[in-house]
Amino acid sequence: MTTLDTGPTTAPRPSFFNDPVVRGIVYQVLVAVLLVAFIVWIVGNTATNLAAQNKSTGFDFLWKTAGFDISFSLIPWTRASIYWEAFLVGITNTLLVAFVGIIAATILGFTIGIARLSSNFIVSSLATIYVETIRNIPLLLQLFFWYFAVLKAMPAVRDSIQLPLESFINQRGIFVPKPIPDPQFGFVWIGIALAIIGVIVLRTWAKRRLEATGKRFPVFLTSLAVLIAIPTIVWFASGASVEFEPPVLERFNFKGGLQLPPEFVALLFGLTIYTASFIAETVRGGIQAVSRGQTEAAMSLGLKEGDRLRLVIVPQAMRVIVPPLTSQYLNLTKNSSLGAAIGYPELVNVFSGTALNQTGRAIECIALTMLVYLTFSLLTSAIMNWYNARVSLVER
Amino acid sequence: MSDIGFVRADLVPAKPAPNRTTGAVAWAQKNLFATPLDTVLTLLGILFLVWVVPPLFNFFIGHAVGPYGTVEECRALDAGACWAYIYNEMEFFIYGFYDIPEQWRPNIVFALGALLLVPLLIPKVPFKRANAILFLVVYPIVSYFLLAGGVFGLTEIPTEKWGGLLVTLIISVVGITLSFPLGIILALGRQSNLPVIKTLCIAFIELIRAVPLITILFMASIMLPLFMPQGTTVDKFLRALVGVTLFTSAYMAEVVRGGLQAIPRGQYEAGASLGLGYWQRMYFIILPQALKHVIPGIVNNFISLFKDTSLVYIVGMKDLLEAVKTKNDSALEWQSANTATTGYLFAAMVFWVFCFSMSRYSMFMERRLNTGYKR
Repeated sequence: MTTLDTGPTTAPRPSFFNDPVVRGIVYQVLVAVLLVAFIVWIVGNTATNLAAQNKSTGFDFLWKTAGFDISFSLIPWTRASIYWEAFLVGITNTLLVAFVGIIAATILGFTIGIARLSSNFIVSSLATIYVETIRNIPLLLQLFFWYFAVLKAMPAVRDSIQLPLESFINQRGIFVPKPIPDPQFGFVWIGIALAIIGVIVLRTWAKRRLEATGKRFPVFLTSLAVLIAIPTIVWFASGASVEFEPPVLERFNFKGGLQLPPEFVALLFGLTIYTASFIAETVRGGIQAVSRGQTEAAMSLGLKEGDRLRLVIVPQAMRVIVPPLTSQYLNLTKNSSLGAAIGYPELVNVFSGTALNQTGRAIECIALTMLVYLTFSLLTSAIMNWYNARVSLVER
Repeated sequence: MSDIGFVRADLVPAKPAPNRTTGAVAWAQKNLFATPLDTVLTLLGILFLVWVVPPLFNFFIGHAVGPYGTVEECRALDAGACWAYIYNEMEFFIYGFYDIPEQWRPNIVFALGALLLVPLLIPKVPFKRANAILFLVVYPIVSYFLLAGGVFGLTEIPTEKWGGLLVTLIISVVGITLSFPLGIILALGRQSNLPVIKTLCIAFIELIRAVPLITILFMASIMLPLFMPQGTTVDKFLRALVGVTLFTSAYMAEVVRGGLQAIPRGQYEAGASLGLGYWQRMYFIILPQALKHVIPGIVNNFISLFKDTSLVYIVGMKDLLEAVKTKNDSALEWQSANTATTGYLFAAMVFWVFCFSMSRYSMFMERRLNTGYKR
């Protein structure tokens, strides 16, 4: 009698060439070999080409004198500075325009995003027109428009247009009074720092008390009061003062004051206005993503309007808004490289442009430039991952 | 029998008409003057419009110099936009330095492109597959030979002479067509469970996405010639294409990955249990579903690519924006206060029309594709 073999069976082993494990190894080895061959080929070509052009390689040029001018710099820059410093100037200029741009774009973007959801027909239409117009026009074109068609078309220095607060605008940029804090002003900074620490302590305490006893404490108003009061008291107590040095028109140019070069202003305008349109869409999407039921649930719990927004709607909307918002910030930082097209001395302009042309070290310059952006990007995504892990829904 | 206590003898007086809930007044009450704050905002908005619209109208139409105007009119003190400048330089803005007697060739390419693209975009038109092959494979080859010439008795026209809208369109269409398959491969590689391939794909995607396009183009324009064997010259146009394609493929990969992740695991398993191999599984089961999900994302990518083509000036190509800028700076015979502004506004309008229609199309597709998934 033959019996059915009901004992444990092992899966039939595929033939050697059909085994997924073997195939996987073969494919990977193949790809790796091809990649290495490709890299060797490129490196070989590059070495031959560089040798033919009599060009040297290496990062030693970073410690050589640069010998060119940079029109706008936050850190001291002279023609005698070295390339390494040019690199730093580029980074600081990029960070400056990105930082100011991010703040301005956030404010503008949130305003317009909320305006798009307004029940007021005129307000929401204006916001829609803004978003749909700005979003669909290349940033570079907008920069050209601001720089060549608006700022460069401003009157000459002699016919400067006067703005409020002793500011002037002309071809060479915007001139504003320069604040000159006296030495005593250091105390005010300490006061501000103290106030911020105080607010943090206050918030923690208020939250603990709320959780322990259920008693609310008006944190926002108190914080505001603390933030204003402490520095003001310190200001008057220390007798610190800030003088403003207004720009004065001399024979050929303004003297004194703070000059914002037109390249900076154009880049800032362009980046802010362009990015704000994307942020507005992000904000709108985030608020709309919170379902109406959440509002109704909050109402039925008896929360009043402000609490409803603060405790229910905004936290949920922020979870949707923040990830794309950060990538917009990153985009703004990357887009600031377009400043090179209008002559704002940011990283790409200074380092992949002028420095590269002067030294001929193409690979080194471009690699360093890319490295900086890569660092920004990795930092941002690290922060993002941390945030996402913190706010992500805990699901059953 | 009839012990009804009370029968009303007279009619109930008519109630006052309810407040209108339709019509202009009700609409205005609801949308413009609902609360005091709304009223203030409305008034501010109207003030803003009154402040902004008339000058804009005067600039664009009222005081503008029409297409047949002269430069003297454009130089008048109160003149608005100088459309005559655009009209006269139109050829340059569309074709760049492309030889004038040969401009029928780009025209045919434009017409052919529209002829193939429009039926592809309308969902109801049949023969999508044939149409797609024609548009994505046959059309580029035909266009290349038609534009570059050198065969069939056509005069050769080097890519340095191409320019204007022609270049903008070619780079964006070729960029998207090439980066799409590349992006799919990268996305599949990123999902792969072979560590070497996965790492490579992640490294490529993240590196490209981390840096601005401008640096990639710098790299393409300066380093690509260094990478090639000695003596090979890389065409400027090709450099721009390589840069733009690599850049877009990384973004495309992320869009496709979103689609792949939306496919439930069961679909992969079902494919495997049917005995399909990896590529069959991807081609017949996973990708058709995944790509359908991400059509809006692909269109959005196309919009950004279209806007980003304005950066190819880095490698020395004269795309639409660069053509306009060149003329703004060099056309001395059209020098006037508003020439540059008019030029940029014209370029902005062209870009806007393309991008806006694409975004509307993307929204239309989104609505169409959403129907099956809406709860």
